[in-house]
Amino acid sequence: MSNAPAIVAAEGPIRRRPVALLELARKNRGVLVGLALVAVLFLVALLAPVISPHDPIATEPDNAYLPPLSPGHALGTDELGRDQISRILWGARISLPVAFVAVAVGLVAGGLIGLVSGYAGGLTDLLLMRVIDALLAFPALILAIALVAALGPSLRNAMIAIGIVAIPAYARLVRAVVLQLKPMEFVVATRSLGATPVRIVLRHLIPNLMNPVLVQVSLSAGFAILAEAVLSFLGLGAQPPTPDWGQMITTGRTFLPNDPWLAIIPGVAISITVYSFNLLGDSLRDALDPRLRR
Amino acid sequence: MTTYVLRRLVLMVPVAFLVTVGVFMLIHLTPGDPALIILGEDRSPQAIAQIHQELGLDKPLYVQYVIWIDNVVHGDWGRSITTHEPVAGAITERLPATIELGVVALIWSLLVAIPLGTVAAVRRGSVVDKLATGIAVAGVSVPNFFIGIVLIFVLSVSARLFPFGGYVPFFQDPWESLRHVALPAIALGTAGTAINMRFTRSSMIEVLGLDYIRTARAKGASWRRVVFIHALKNALIPVVTIVGLQIGGIIEGAVVTETVFTWPGVGRLAVESIFNRDYTVVQGVVLLAAFSYMVANLVVDLVYGWLDPRISYA
Repeated sequence: MSNAPAIVAAEGPIRRRPVALLELARKNRGVLVGLALVAVLFLVALLAPVISPHDPIATEPDNAYLPPLSPGHALGTDELGRDQISRILWGARISLPVAFVAVAVGLVAGGLIGLVSGYAGGLTDLLLMRVIDALLAFPALILAIALVAALGPSLRNAMIAIGIVAIPAYARLVRAVVLQLKPMEFVVATRSLGATPVRIVLRHLIPNLMNPVLVQVSLSAGFAILAEAVLSFLGLGAQPPTPDWGQMITTGRTFLPNDPWLAIIPGVAISITVYSFNLLGDSLRDALDPRLRR
Repeated sequence: MTTYVLRRLVLMVPVAFLVTVGVFMLIHLTPGDPALIILGEDRSPQAIAQIHQELGLDKPLYVQYVIWIDNVVHGDWGRSITTHEPVAGAITERLPATIELGVVALIWSLLVAIPLGTVAAVRRGSVVDKLATGIAVAGVSVPNFFIGIVLIFVLSVSARLFPFGGYVPFFQDPWESLRHVALPAIALGTAGTAINMRFTRSSMIEVLGLDYIRTARAKGASWRRVVFIHALKNALIPVVTIVGLQIGGIIEGAVVTETVFTWPGVGRLAVESIFNRDYTVVQGVVLLAAFSYMVANLVVDLVYGWLDPRISYA
């Protein structure tokens, strides 16, 4: 997956203002488009109950297998007569929170490990990094599948598993940046003024970590959505009748010969969502990495 | 170089230990008692105790780990909880199908990625470049199970060009085997194609800007010769790394693709075993996946130095 750490060298001391996303979006078209797409997705998830024309789990057997563009059902209905567009819109309320929780788990746990490892160094670093190496020794999806297999198939366990899989990328990224920042003059100066390690980390290191972490958050959100879709497709994530895109493809593919849209529409929804996050992540990396800046 | 190889091997020991502990714990994290799965209806305390004794579950955890790892090293990966078949045997039986799928997917991805990535780099900003960049982004955004389903619908169900499902071993009937593996391999190879093309393109752009390329041009070598003979060889070094990792990750991709195409490989075995709560088999597949990935990582690092002598291991 394309979640290679993008290490952005800190150019100077503490940058107190948050990353000016809107400013970046004005300068970089990729960031603008990515940000707009992600914003639309969030809006869809937020407004699904208001904008959905029907109840996503209400069945209408008399109206089953309606093709797209049918009156009252713009994207048709499924085998139980449930409105496809409503299920797609509500599906965003599954995918985006999963990505959010998974990214949060990865970011908090991985970030903490990276900070401690990078700042403490020595034996702590050696031990923590071996644990991270062990996590990295598993192919990402295999680890997620193994964890869900052990914890039991459910959406909550899928979120936890995907979050755990995301830990190493954050740990390595944060550690690398901390190692880069630690010998810098502003950190050494702050330390010699008597600042405690907690203060140095909170006030001086974390603000400088924001840019590379932001890139990683966007890329790993894309991965999380893809992984959740895979787990649900395999029957290890969301369970019926939850309107989940991956699970809709699983059901839809049995009707492929006659009603291909049942699988194709949710597939397009997943692809657009993952593409939006990948585009945003890639463009942010290009815009923020001084080595790539023209 | 020898020191580097030794250091890498020594560093691998604690990681391999942690990986085996993780895989071992998989079965213990699982809610429910394996004895209950084996016994089904007959759940008398005596029967449960007997199963615990047979499986060694009555011993302390660390003793269980030592016995397990000793058996694993000696090729005994335990027995399937549902079929009672040896796990190692069940995996080896399914491995050829997975390897065939993985190899064909890899060849397909390289056949598309290298020429397209090269042309995109040579003609930056052209239509081909834009197409290549589009494929690169789409390839990593579209789930491969969805690509599989679309391929089945278009090329198998509608156009009837390829058969759907079924595996024919390559050495039994090469032509039929390739016809059957084509669609799953294309689905599996797509993400790889996107990544390999991205790497080929960016690495080619970098190489084409180097002095020796200009020298070759100045000496009168044709552009075609410079690109394909002088530049491509060096540009492919980073691609080798990523391809090595893809080989190590074959099982990972196979899990989903094999489920879509009902391909009788190791990936599908893992998914079926999860639903049958056959944790010894799941454990075996995860162990194999992790170790092939680790070995691939190591080999890639070593091969990289051999391919690019400028890299020093000091």
